[in-house]
Amino acid sequence: MEIVVLVKQVPDTESLIEIDSDGVSIKKQDIKWVMNPYDEIAVEEALQIREAQGGTVTIVSMGGQKAVETIRTALAMGADKGIHINDPAAEGSDALATAKILAAALKEIPFELVIAGHRAVDEDNYQVAAGVAEFLGIPQVSMVVKAELLDGKIKCQRTIEGGTVTVEASLPALFTTQRGLNEPRYASLPGIMKAKKKPVDVKTVADLGIDAASVGAANRKVKIKALNFPPQRQAVKMIQGETAQEKAAELVRVLHEEAKLI
Amino acid sequence: MAQGVFVITEQRDSAFRKVSFEAVSEGRRVADGLGAEVTAVVMGSGIEGLAAALEKYGPDKILVVDDSALADYTTDAYTNVIAELVKSVDPAVIILGASAQGKDLSARLAARLDAGLAMDCTAIKIENGNLTCTRPMFGGKIFADVQIDGPLQMVAIRPNVMDITETAKPCATEKVAAQVGELKTTVAEKSMDTGDKVELTEADVVVSGGRGTGGNFEAIEQLAAALGGAVGASRSAVDEGWRPHSDQVGQTGKVVSPGLYIACGISGAIQHLAGMSTSKYIVAINKDAEAPIFSKADLGIVGDLFEMVPAIAEEMKKITS
Repeated sequence: MEIVVLVKQVPDTESLIEIDSDGVSIKKQDIKWVMNPYDEIAVEEALQIREAQGGTVTIVSMGGQKAVETIRTALAMGADKGIHINDPAAEGSDALATAKILAAALKEIPFELVIAGHRAVDEDNYQVAAGVAEFLGIPQVSMVVKAELLDGKIKCQRTIEGGTVTVEASLPALFTTQRGLNEPRYASLPGIMKAKKKPVDVKTVADLGIDAASVGAANRKVKIKALNFPPQRQAVKMIQGETAQEKAAELVRVLHEEAKLI
Repeated sequence: MAQGVFVITEQRDSAFRKVSFEAVSEGRRVADGLGAEVTAVVMGSGIEGLAAALEKYGPDKILVVDDSALADYTTDAYTNVIAELVKSVDPAVIILGASAQGKDLSARLAARLDAGLAMDCTAIKIENGNLTCTRPMFGGKIFADVQIDGPLQMVAIRPNVMDITETAKPCATEKVAAQVGELKTTVAEKSMDTGDKVELTEADVVVSGGRGTGGNFEAIEQLAAALGGAVGASRSAVDEGWRPHSDQVGQTGKVVSPGLYIACGISGAIQHLAGMSTSKYIVAINKDAEAPIFSKADLGIVGDLFEMVPAIAEEMKKITS
């Protein structure tokens, strides 16, 4: 089976995020960049499917020069090849433009299944994968915790509030991953060595037939006007008391009488 | 010309999700700011009587799309139906809840309609007829103010954040035929939690446990039950296998905004704070007085959660009985 995995390089979730002097972007220099955690799950799922029934796993990622590290990580886990869309014109694209570019890249290669993380933990847009599916005209299933290939279809269990729903989609299809689907493997040392020799095609948006004037930061439909830190809370009030019972009584009193929450 | 606010509501098994009332209430506020009307849509199968429950939140018009193909949510059926409705309603703004269904639907719909979508917003302001939406990014470490270019602005609102407001207004209800179109997905099975378990993202109270529980969530479950709330967990508690993934609160888990969040034995890793920092009131219980969670809390108790949590549950009983 021909499987494509969409991956993105994002700041590590433990990173301290700071706002740059322009007020609309983040400081990028001191950040540790990693593969989006949900994309690791996507790569793992693709590898497990390939191991079960053969085929090829192609990693597609858009990003600057550094993003190739994330593609190499996926190749070191065991993926076969990569496509790196690296074009300054695409930098700062919003979710819609990113989806158009990724879909254009997929139109040039064979695929039966596309797997992506259900969101990237940077802008938290939850949009790119659905956009790719729409522009390719294929069905999508999001936040999947179990996937099973049937004849010409994929059966996915997706998480919703308070339960799961099992959805069947005809192939080709796209699904997005949720925690619980699998435990991503670590790249082995031989894997890392092999990854260096695996092919990574570099593409510009023009290579994909996309007008550079329709993408990038200047052409965002969703324009970032300002970035702010979350509103500060008032200083914490520490509850004092000799015993657990005393402290508990005071806590409940504050919640009941002052905060009126219970 | 595109005008008016179109609110997409969400129901399951003929009951509205709470975020639907938040979306209609917010739709009313936005429409009043723009001097426009609110049209709300209800979709499903056998849901004819449901629309009346929306009226008190102030829509001018409710469209009811009742079709057996809409019995369960599928991306393609719902996107096809809404995309057709949007053509005739021609709204300037679409508002819906950023639930599991709403995130899936809004993302697909935005691509279909070539519209900008501000996902998971916590506030909407109106300036000169334009919407400025506030949305958490980087797991809530940063809040972005965004504006959407183009004739159609789409906003998905974070559940449990915006106020539900009643507005008395005359409201017309109209049945509309579903244009379901070609479908490539079907729902084979639904498996819902039984009993009266409160959904984490909709709960008014969340009681969460972390590494400090050592895997023993009994007291936390009892306190959550006493408060009519839901149980959450930190990533480390989930990684240890103490709680299912669906309980995880954090940057790689669920984002919750309850009225009251009680963190028990959670140190307050940046990962966890990302998932609960928009809670309205935060209580932290931890043995370590230096735990970072205290810097994000409104009330703090230094103490052993195995003594504190049952003691709190006991005290609770005194005021509720």
